[in-house]
Amino acid sequence: MFDDFFIRALFAGIGIALVTGPLGCFVVWRRLSYFGDTLAHSALLGVTMAYTFDLNIAISVFLISSIIALILIQLQKKTNLPGDALLGLLAHSSLAVGLVVIGFLTFIRFDIMGLLFGDILAVNINDILIIWSGGAIILIVLKLIWKPLFASTVNYELAEAEGLNPDRAKAIFTILMAAVIAISIKMVGLLLITGMLIIPAAMARNISDSPQKMVIYSIIGGLLSVVLGLFTSLEFNTSSGPSIIVASLILFILSLLNIKQSIKLKN
Amino acid sequence: MSLENKILVKLNNAGIKQNNKWLVEGVTLTVEKGKIITLIGPNGSGKSTTAKIALGIYKNIEGSVEKYTNKVGYVPQKISIDWTLPLRVYDFMLLTENIKDEAIDEALTLTGAIHLKNKNLGNLSGGEFQRVLIARAISKKPELLVLDEPVQGVDYTGEIALYELIKKISDTLNCGILLISHDLHTVMTATDHVVCLNGHVCCSGTPLDVAKNNAYKTLFGEQASQILSIYEHKHDHEHLDEGSIKKN
Repeated sequence: MFDDFFIRALFAGIGIALVTGPLGCFVVWRRLSYFGDTLAHSALLGVTMAYTFDLNIAISVFLISSIIALILIQLQKKTNLPGDALLGLLAHSSLAVGLVVIGFLTFIRFDIMGLLFGDILAVNINDILIIWSGGAIILIVLKLIWKPLFASTVNYELAEAEGLNPDRAKAIFTILMAAVIAISIKMVGLLLITGMLIIPAAMARNISDSPQKMVIYSIIGGLLSVVLGLFTSLEFNTSSGPSIIVASLILFILSLLNIKQSIKLKN
Repeated sequence: MSLENKILVKLNNAGIKQNNKWLVEGVTLTVEKGKIITLIGPNGSGKSTTAKIALGIYKNIEGSVEKYTNKVGYVPQKISIDWTLPLRVYDFMLLTENIKDEAIDEALTLTGAIHLKNKNLGNLSGGEFQRVLIARAISKKPELLVLDEPVQGVDYTGEIALYELIKKISDTLNCGILLISHDLHTVMTATDHVVCLNGHVCCSGTPLDVAKNNAYKTLFGEQASQILSIYEHKHDHEHLDEGSIKKN
């Protein structure tokens, strides 16, 4: 019924949505949207490294993003620059360095569009394995650090005072962010990964009154976005990343409609 | 039981500097099981800072802190919660430890906040939120309870009830309490040990010792001597029901 590549993309996308759902909630709660962007932009450098040294893209992106995250933490400690300036500095300089390095790699033909916006044709069995095994590890680790991470998101001092070690949870979460970007870059593209993290979570926030519900709705929103987006991508031959993000945007807009009010209007 | 077992937290000449200025320095105190230690002092005297040092929130302190328990309940003076989080009172009660539903209900009932259980935390009034904060801290049955201005914003009758509750908790749970309070009356009547801070320890001892101390009198002025009279009044005689006075 469907081509193999489409089934593969569907499997990959579902795996990604299962991970970005809960992680995205923390990105929204902890106000890390721009941090996610910075890591995603630095992923281009990771991709070029992968081609240069013939490494696996996901592993290379994971390493480079983790290094950028560590540099950010050091810069925050050692300079007086505000956080957003540091994020901008790292995001754009790592993107620029990545693009310059691509210029040197004349022996490889790059599909820049695919890299920036995702390409469902590019997803192979190996990628699916990485997404599902990597995703499973990310979710298990997130489950393990959930309590301290969530408590310190609500209030750092309470978590620290009551012995939950929030600093360690935060450091591990940073690595998880790098990991989720690494596994989803091929599918969603590096310019739009943060959208995949934020938009389903933002949609979920509109319709939930407890953290657990928000995580569940965020996962459901992500899954719907992937399925709808990929079908659109197949039907209209659009890039997979933008199609998925547009689908999630539509879900977000739907979540803004006040259901109770519209029922009242009808009566 | 040896002495070490009774000590929950021990500050030894502890202090902290920020931008080359001492926030508080040279604080030595111990919190023991079943005892209430109260920190008093004017605004900016380092009460909350001392509490945070005792809790291990600050990393770069001078001196030393030895903490002998991990079962800690904390009611901070200021708490800023980001309302991007959908959070009900019930979720908040489970924040740092998974507690049984009965324990949650019991604690919320004790602080008079049970009717708020399924409300969104962001919709509570200041006093209601304070009751929830206290309930959360006691529901985990801590060994060490640190209460920083726990009854701020609570109505007058609620305030008295909550202080009675705190005293009761100290007895029933046999936990050590580090209390910060502006209410000198409460301090002088319900505390085992008072530490009077003003950037450093001005004086410390039993409530009576502190009330008689000159440093304390300079710091609190007129109010102090009034408190002393209340205190002494309570302790050197009793008013019996029929109106006569019985000397102790």
